Amino acid sequence: MKTNAAIVGIGESRVGKVPDRSALQLQADAAQAALADAGLSMSDVDGLLTTPVRVEHWNMPAGVVAHHLGIRPAFLSTVDLAGASGAAMIHQAAMAIASGQCTTVLCVAGQNLLSHGSRSTAVRKMAEGGSAHPQFEVPYGPLVPSLYALVAQRHMHEYGTTAEQLAEVAVTIRRHASLNPNAHKREPITAADVLGSKMITSPLHILDCAIVSDGAAAAIVTSADRARDLRSRPAHLLGQGYGLRHSHIGDTSLTTTGAVDSGRDAFRTAGLSPSDVDVAQIYDCFTITVIVELEDLGFCAKGEGGAFVEGGRIGLGGALPVTTHGGLLSGGHPGLGGGFFHVLEGVRQVRGDAGERQVPDAKVALVHGNGGVISVHCTLLLGQEGRA
Amino acid sequence: MSERPLPVPDAATAPYWDAAREHRLVMPKCADCGAFHFYPRTLCPSCSSSRIEWAACSGRAEVYSYTIVHRAPGPAFTAEVPYVVATVKLHEGPHLMTRIRGCAPEAVRIGMAVRVAFDEASAEITLPVFEPAGEVL
Repeated sequence: MKTNAAIVGIGESRVGKVPDRSALQLQADAAQAALADAGLSMSDVDGLLTTPVRVEHWNMPAGVVAHHLGIRPAFLSTVDLAGASGAAMIHQAAMAIASGQCTTVLCVAGQNLLSHGSRSTAVRKMAEGGSAHPQFEVPYGPLVPSLYALVAQRHMHEYGTTAEQLAEVAVTIRRHASLNPNAHKREPITAADVLGSKMITSPLHILDCAIVSDGAAAAIVTSADRARDLRSRPAHLLGQGYGLRHSHIGDTSLTTTGAVDSGRDAFRTAGLSPSDVDVAQIYDCFTITVIVELEDLGFCAKGEGGAFVEGGRIGLGGALPVTTHGGLLSGGHPGLGGGFFHVLEGVRQVRGDAGERQVPDAKVALVHGNGGVISVHCTLLLGQEGRA
Repeated sequence: MSERPLPVPDAATAPYWDAAREHRLVMPKCADCGAFHFYPRTLCPSCSSSRIEWAACSGRAEVYSYTIVHRAPGPAFTAEVPYVVATVKLHEGPHLMTRIRGCAPEAVRIGMAVRVAFDEASAEITLPVFEPAGEVL
C-alpha cells in the first residue's frame, strides 16, 4: 500500500551507560529531541507507538508511555516484533496516518537495559525474552548467542564463510561507531582483536556479539503533505515488507530467512532494486546476521555474503556502506529499541545530516530489522525524495 | 549450583515428555498427509489438518549444526562447560535442538551420524540427547 508518509523528526537519548535515567526518562529524552528536530511540540502528537521493555513490567506499554509524556492519543498501540519493532513502528505509523485516524505519530522505544541490573542480569533477561523455546531449547543450555552460532556454523559449512569474514563485519561497524559521538563503544578494533577475544559459543567470539546499553530513540511520522509545511527536511517512506519463516531456530533450516520476503516486498512497493540503495542499515545483533541478511535482501547471491563484506565494501567509502552509526555491535543495544537506531541513521543519511559518516549524496537508504532468531523481519526503504 | 531449567510439560507437549521418560522418541505426525513436524503444533504445517498423532521415531539423525558453549547462560550450567548444543535432522525429517554427548566437543562435525540417548534430568523429566552413531566420523 502506498502510504505517502514521511519521517520529519528524530531524536536519541544519551546512549551507553546512563545510570541516572530510568526507561521512561530515556524515552522522554528521545521524544523531546525528535519533536525539537521536527519543530513540533508534544501537543501536536495525536498518535503513539512504542515497544515493550524488559527491565520493568508495563501492563500496556503504549498507555504507560503516552501517560508519562502527557499525550491523549487518537491512536496508540504497542508493537512487539522484537528487533524488527523499530522498522515496523514506522510503517504502522504510516498506515495509521493514511487511514485518517491521526496526523502525527510519535514512535519511541528504549530502556536502561545496562544500568538496571548487572550485565549478567541483562544477558539473562534477554535469554528470558523467549528467543529460545522454553521446553525444547532452554533445557539444553544455549545462550542467545548460541542460537546465532548455529546459523554461523552452518553458513560456514555450506558456503565456506570464515571467522575472518565475520570479524570484518565487527571491525567495520566499530569504525563507523567511532565516528558517532553518541555511540557506546568507539575505540577502533582490528580483526586480530575480534579473533583473539573470548570465545563465547563457537564460532562466535565476544566481539561478534552485540553489546548491552542504556538508551532510547524516537521518530515523528506524518503525511508527506504535512511534511512540506514543516521546517525539517523529511525522509520519505518509499516501501516496506515483512517476513516470517520460523519462530524458533531449533526446528528449521538456518541459512535462508524471512528477509527474502521482507526485502522483496519492500523493493516491490518502492519500485526499486538493491542496486538503487546508497546505504543499508542492517540489523547486526551478531556478525553473522549481517552476512545472512545482505544475501537474503538481494545485495549478493546466497553464500556470497562472506566475500561481500571483505575489502572495505561495507565500510564508508565502499560500494554499500552498512550500519553507518555503529549498530548493535558497537553503537548501542538497549533491547527491543535497538533496531530503531538503524531507522534514525537511515533518516540522517537521506537528509544529509550524518556528519563524518555521511555517504555522499545518499538518496535511498534501506533499513532492516530482525527479531527472534532471524525469525521476524521488517525492511524499509527511505528516500530523499517522495514518490511521484 | 542452582537448579537446571527443565521443561514444564503442557497439554500439547505431555506425550513427548511422557515418551522420553520411557526412553522413546516420538514426533507429531499428520494423520491426513503423513508429514512429521516439530515443535508440536495444533495444525499440520504442511496441510493445516488438525488430525495430529504421535508417532515413534527411529532415533537416527545427523548433526545439522552445532556450537561449543564456553560461557554458561546461568549458574545451573557452569559446571558443564564446554558443552555442545546442536540441532540435528532426524531420519524422519524434523529438526530439533539437543546436546551431543559421548565424544569430545571438538570431534563433533556437521553431517555426523548420531543416535538418540536419554538424559534422566529429574524423576519427571528425561531429555533426549544424541551420541555419535559410530558410522561416520
